[in-house]
Amino acid sequence: MGTALTKAVVNGILTGGVYALMAAGLTLIFGVMEIINIAQGIFVVLAAYLSYVLQVHLGIDPLVGLVITMPVMFGVGVLIEWGFVRRLKAQNRSALSILVTFAVAIVIEGFLTQFFSADLKILKAWYVDRSVHVLGFYLPYIYLIGFVLAVVLLAALYLFLYRSRSGKSIRASVQNRAGAELIGININRVSAITFGIGAAVTAAGGMVFGATNSFNPNSGYDLISRLLVIVVLGGLGSIGGALVAAVVALVIEDVTAVLWSPVWASTMFFAVLIVVLLVRPNGLFGRAAVRAQ
Amino acid sequence: MAQSSATLAGPADPFDRPAVRTARRVLLPVVVVLAVVFPFVFTNPATTSIAMFTLLYVGATSAWNMFSGYTGYMALGNAVFYGSGAYFFANITLHLHLTGGVGIFALVPVAGLFAGLVALPVGWLALRTRRHTFVVITIAIFFIFQLLAYNLHSLTNGSSGMALPIPPWDAQTYNTYFYLAALLVAVVAIVLSWAVRRSSFGLELLAIRDDEDRALGLGVKTTRVKLVTFVLNGAVTGMCGAIYAYYLGSIYPPFAFEAIFDVTVALMAFLGGLGTVSGPVIGALILEPVQQYITLRFTSGGLALITFGVLFLIVIRFLPDGIVPSLAATIRRRWTPRTGAAATPPAAGPPVGPPTVGQTVTVSRPGLTGGVSR
Repeated sequence: MGTALTKAVVNGILTGGVYALMAAGLTLIFGVMEIINIAQGIFVVLAAYLSYVLQVHLGIDPLVGLVITMPVMFGVGVLIEWGFVRRLKAQNRSALSILVTFAVAIVIEGFLTQFFSADLKILKAWYVDRSVHVLGFYLPYIYLIGFVLAVVLLAALYLFLYRSRSGKSIRASVQNRAGAELIGININRVSAITFGIGAAVTAAGGMVFGATNSFNPNSGYDLISRLLVIVVLGGLGSIGGALVAAVVALVIEDVTAVLWSPVWASTMFFAVLIVVLLVRPNGLFGRAAVRAQ
Repeated sequence: MAQSSATLAGPADPFDRPAVRTARRVLLPVVVVLAVVFPFVFTNPATTSIAMFTLLYVGATSAWNMFSGYTGYMALGNAVFYGSGAYFFANITLHLHLTGGVGIFALVPVAGLFAGLVALPVGWLALRTRRHTFVVITIAIFFIFQLLAYNLHSLTNGSSGMALPIPPWDAQTYNTYFYLAALLVAVVAIVLSWAVRRSSFGLELLAIRDDEDRALGLGVKTTRVKLVTFVLNGAVTGMCGAIYAYYLGSIYPPFAFEAIFDVTVALMAFLGGLGTVSGPVIGALILEPVQQYITLRFTSGGLALITFGVLFLIVIRFLPDGIVPSLAATIRRRWTPRTGAAATPPAAGPPVGPPTVGQTVTVSRPGLTGGVSR
């Protein structure tokens, strides 16, 4: 029992890192553009399929394939921002953006179903099958790789946001969109870059997700529901909050699976959200919603 | 329908001319009679099936709009009530050993009542938050209910689903009963939505949409008003869900709690005109037959999804203001200058309900302008 519990906690922390990475994209997009990207879940699945195609047809290892999938997902994000999100009128924009990104998600799901059918797929690699012995249990390398990948990319994201000029533009837009526009920041460019980054991080997330779970085009719903819970739990727009929330929620889920039953583990995931919201309606690190206008 | 209550009834308003009023008074019953007669004229089961689904969505969309359209709170978890109504109906018919027939339609309102009860804690929890957080909470609650439907085997039989009583009607008239039941629910939803829109209660909802803090300051009991409307919305949606389950004859978690339902009702309301009475009706009348056609036409899941998604994208891209508000604005622009002096001013009281998005609602009702309630 003790070992199982330790394993659950370690698993939760490691997968939590990967979820934090995917949620960071979602919360960043919200922070800059005040829109909730429902397509984030299907982005992860799309990225997993990209890795799958590269592996099966070109024999490229999923980890190496990130060099290709990350720029491709960045392009997908920029394209969707330019093609659909930017064209929304200011009025009802945030409500319509949810519907638009949902519609985009349906279209992507449709194409994936058309090309790959609904059969379950999984990414294969040597680091998925082999395990390392820690604390009395075996842990597949992929969990460690995923966690390291998440940490590295989150650090890169942090450096980009806090050290580069584009990053400063993004943060300025998060703080005050109109103000940023007034001092000459090209808000359209910032939005496109943000959406691109939000999608690019799902490439890494999708690779790890696809190697640790079997997936099909329908997996996007499960993912987006979890990602939404994480970003709300952490407070919409807060990357640090998403990080903490992802780890907390995933650890609780994995521990529930050991202590109670795997069937109720995912329900616990959502129950955490409800309990937190009863106490803190704006999430763990969220700012209170300011009055509109 | 009742479009006048949803427009600013100024003295020169073309929608307020006596001729238009008379026309409306005549047209409305005609439309209702046509709707009742419809399944007896078009008896093809494929047609009546599409018509039945369309009416279910007219009801569900009107219900959604009654809360989300009037208050501006985007609820994307209405499938919670649709599914709750469906499963309640399945359970009660199972445990009371009821056989299929017209009689068990009487349980549809009970299913609605149950869905309303479900909406009470859901609304209480979700309405502690505002704006985007509210949207995400409703989505999260939807996923909780979907998970519960899979996991609570004693109530839902999990993914194996539940069977409902099969009515003994022959194939030709089978759909007609469901059609009429759906029509009744749709009419109830529209009348309710219209009554709310006309009442001072409806004005309070609009005030919340325009500026919740100010509404609170003016003495609107915002929490209570929002919650009551949320429960009404849940109850009507639950009734639609019950009829849906009875029609299908069996119910499974992914059908009862369907993510696309959440978005579809919102999209229909947006298409017709958010926050108007007739908008959601028109949106559902246009979109649901197309959706049903797509489902029937493309048996391959992938193509149906792509067509669905593209349809959604086209609707959002080209009609962001909604049909009813756009049409009303056009007509008003064309008619107003010529008829400015002809119309008589409204008999008494202030004009009912400024409607268009962006206009500020002034709640002026005796006893409402007191101090801050809390």
